[in-house]
Amino acid sequence: MSNILTVSPSPHTKGEESIPKIMRTVIVAMIPAMIMSVIFFGPASLKIMAVAVIACLLFEYSIQKYLLRVPTTIRDGSAVITGLLLAFNLPSGIPVWLVVAGSLVAIGIAKLSFGGLGQNPFNPALVGRVFLLISFPVQMTTWSANITTTDTFTGATPLGLLKEGLRSGKSLTQIASDSQIPGYFDMFWGNMSGSLGEISAIAILLGGLYLLWKKIITWHIPAAVLGSIFLFEGILWILAPGRFMDPVFHLITGGAMLGAFFMATDLTTSPMTPKGKLIFGAGIGVITMCIRNFGAYPEGISFAILIMNGFTPLINATVKPKRFGGK
Amino acid sequence: MSETLIYTIVVISAIGAVSAVVLYWVSQKFQVYTDPRIDEAEALLPASNCGSCGFPGCRAFAEACVAAENMSNLSCPVGGAETMQAVARLLGLEAGHFKPRTAVLRCNGTCEYRPKTSNYQGVKTCIAVSSLYRGETDCQYGCLGYGDCVPVCQFDAIHLNPVTHLPEVDDVKCNGCGACVDACPRLLIELRRQMPKHRKIFVACRNQDEGLVALKACSVACTGCSKCFEVCTFGAIEMQKNLAYIDAEKCTLCRKCVSVCESNSILEMNFPARKIKNEA
Amino acid sequence: MKILKTFRFGGIHPGAEKLTAGRTIRVLSLPEKVILPVVQHAGSPAAVIVKVGDRVKTGSLIARMSGAVSANIHASVSGIVTKIEETVDASGYKINSVQITREGDDWDDSVSLTPVIKDFTPQEILQKIKEAGIVGMGGASFPTHVKLEIPEGMKVDTLLINGVECEPYLTADHQLMLEKGEEILQGTQLLMKVLGVDRAIIGIEVNKPDAIHSLNNLSKKYVGITVEALAMKYPQGSEKQLIQALTGRQVPPGALPASVGVLVNNVATTYAVYEAVTKNKPLIERVVTVTGKSVKLPGNFLVRIGTPINELIEAVGGMPENTGKVVIGGPMMGRTVANLHIPVTKGMSGIVLIPDSEASRQTDLPCIRCAKCVEGCPMNLEPYLMMQLVEKGMWDLAEENHITDCMECGSCSFTCPSARPILDNIRIGKSKIRKIRSDQQKSNAKS
Repeated sequence: MSNILTVSPSPHTKGEESIPKIMRTVIVAMIPAMIMSVIFFGPASLKIMAVAVIACLLFEYSIQKYLLRVPTTIRDGSAVITGLLLAFNLPSGIPVWLVVAGSLVAIGIAKLSFGGLGQNPFNPALVGRVFLLISFPVQMTTWSANITTTDTFTGATPLGLLKEGLRSGKSLTQIASDSQIPGYFDMFWGNMSGSLGEISAIAILLGGLYLLWKKIITWHIPAAVLGSIFLFEGILWILAPGRFMDPVFHLITGGAMLGAFFMATDLTTSPMTPKGKLIFGAGIGVITMCIRNFGAYPEGISFAILIMNGFTPLINATVKPKRFGGK
Repeated sequence: MSETLIYTIVVISAIGAVSAVVLYWVSQKFQVYTDPRIDEAEALLPASNCGSCGFPGCRAFAEACVAAENMSNLSCPVGGAETMQAVARLLGLEAGHFKPRTAVLRCNGTCEYRPKTSNYQGVKTCIAVSSLYRGETDCQYGCLGYGDCVPVCQFDAIHLNPVTHLPEVDDVKCNGCGACVDACPRLLIELRRQMPKHRKIFVACRNQDEGLVALKACSVACTGCSKCFEVCTFGAIEMQKNLAYIDAEKCTLCRKCVSVCESNSILEMNFPARKIKNEA
Repeated sequence: MKILKTFRFGGIHPGAEKLTAGRTIRVLSLPEKVILPVVQHAGSPAAVIVKVGDRVKTGSLIARMSGAVSANIHASVSGIVTKIEETVDASGYKINSVQITREGDDWDDSVSLTPVIKDFTPQEILQKIKEAGIVGMGGASFPTHVKLEIPEGMKVDTLLINGVECEPYLTADHQLMLEKGEEILQGTQLLMKVLGVDRAIIGIEVNKPDAIHSLNNLSKKYVGITVEALAMKYPQGSEKQLIQALTGRQVPPGALPASVGVLVNNVATTYAVYEAVTKNKPLIERVVTVTGKSVKLPGNFLVRIGTPINELIEAVGGMPENTGKVVIGGPMMGRTVANLHIPVTKGMSGIVLIPDSEASRQTDLPCIRCAKCVEGCPMNLEPYLMMQLVEKGMWDLAEENHITDCMECGSCSFTCPSARPILDNIRIGKSKIRKIRSDQQKSNAKS
């Protein structure tokens, strides 16, 4: 034998999992939501998604090449996903320059300044979105009309209508009849106002189930987020049905579904153990409902996820799996 | 409004004054007395905290010096004779006789002499390779070339030669602290007595295999033929398990062993080039 | 559909790659010389009792066990002892070995060629196992007679026979179960007698339906022996995982399986026990799977211990041109070797020749904290954390995170999407901690 043999420690075989494969699977899971957003918001949504993705890729490439002087990682697909998820969190009428600004914050500040893939403590798309929401509140809460509807639609989201109505002292039944809060079926399908990606619960559910099937995510976080939203709001609704909406309403409106399946489950920023994930998800649900019911903003899941991202290292350090045979 | 201001000033000043008194009292009551000479001695030491003096850190060494009646066993290899004399002067004692030492790599198996017979893939550290298998050559005693000895040196005195893949010691910077000795899983680095002009003579091999087996793995391996042992008139060489060893305490640097070694295993360093004798 | 039993935490699914499934065991022609290392088992080396020039017969004792944990070594062929010297073994380091040049195949008088079935007492069985030098043939090579001596205060109620063979490529145990089922069951009965238990379960992975079926039928004659099919998941064949799957009990870290009332033996070991007790035949041969994707005629061979492995490779059509790695054992936990003149030892269950295209490791990328390693770890540890702590040299924290519980199964490195060398670093951590603790013990003993 003239060839030299290779010696290395075991294992001598490798599974098929790889980072590009994970990213590809996530992008495929987002396709139903992308289709629904085009159906309901028209070509504007395609424009925003394209701008976000291109801006994220460009910023990642240029910052890595010219500022950080490290090899570029745009090929692994993570910047594409950040761009798409950022776009999913934006209203369809948002000016293009704001999308670019959000992408810069998401990639440059939330991801690359911490070291790139795998090193960020906070979800980059959400950091971008919250930056835009706090810095440009008007543009971020101007909801354009859903193009499929023929009613004289103000364009406000169901949660927005709810919050405004309660503030002006109306009761729940009044809000339901006065304003145009759509019916439950419509909201589940996506026929309502909101950000590009969050409107269609069914599309997100399909994507989420696909991710579960492909074992990219585990059931713990989505179940904990949605379960805690349901439970928390359920208890409040039972105690004071005139003041609080029913839990099903809260599950399908706002960013609850999108947050539970796509944002909270971000691999880098969520805990590593099953128990930790349940705690994480429960925290998100509770904080979201507190903000929705008692806080100033109509929707709070972005803040809730970012807050719990901050707790993730603590959860990782304290919630340890019980080792085999351990007490 | 001015009332608020006055109240604020009075209250804050009072808190400040009370805290100052309390802190002063506490610092006096719980003060630990230390001999001020310890601080002075520590200031004279090189502050590298390498542990080669045998104490956990420079401060512990300073404490030991202050507490000692006799400094003959205390020596800081990093600071050297100068430092020890300064400390001795401070304490009014005699410094011990300082024997400088330097690190030496007992292997010369470069790729030219020792062919590669397998390819390693994995974490590139010497300790990982040596615990997995004998290394990428047929010599199970030789240097593995992944440089575990390099990052442990605080004094920038050892570096991996990119061509030969063997570590090389910078004699000027090396002070014999011994960190690289502990880092090598094959125990190939040795601290030897420093000779004048940094000259060294040593057997650059630790191969205990039989002569022919050793040579097959590396052409500059020591075969244990004993020619050097026979020619040394100072008794500085001992033979054990097919391997020669030169005792640096007894060696006089005469270089007779270097000239008789047929496999070029004995290395001489920092000598002037030999004069070529003209055959009459 | 019946839900098959399996272990609770972690596990991965490498492809089965059973290229040699169904290939009958071929007896390899006897080698011209055998090399017998004095350590083929966990524990202290055996002491050589022959000298150069001695004539030995097949099955005669050539090295006696020495120390509490040790095993006898016997000549695997008859002939003359030609050398007793250090030769290279699978680790690349040298070990003292006895070399015998073969002359014929004369068996020692104590070995009978036909089995003698009688009612052996437990002490007789244990004594024969001890003399025969039987060790665990699943790979750990722990001396069986030591394992069967249950420590004071522990009581075993169940015997488990490990027919799982979860490593990809290996089929030696599978074939043995198909061809020597009756003997394995008799061996099981003998082991049950030694331990004084009335219950034995043979665990077989569900990808071997023929073996499950055959042993199930045969076991009907035997009281107390049942066969259970287990779900296919690596590392189902690991001792602790097998115990959890078949009995639900978890062996505490650092404790023996006997502490939860169970003992596990591999099927090949059980077969060797049968041969030792009924024929007085010492452990001198075993079944080895020689396989690989580019190998011309992969197969399962009955080979004498001490045969140089290049003879096995010749028997399968020679080493393929594109071979990158030679792995002793299976691809998940086996070790690679750099030269082929090493002998077959008691614990060698397979030789896998891996082609160049699969032999290189992928470049590693940063950790993306996907937790796949945590999901895959059968001991429910956190591999990503242990690797990070080892990289930073934080040995005390690594020990607190139970790095010493790791059984080095490789599931973490296998499943990592960033191809990180997780197991390599865990191994470095474990050996460093072992060294620190043993240094501490030594210095404590001095003071």
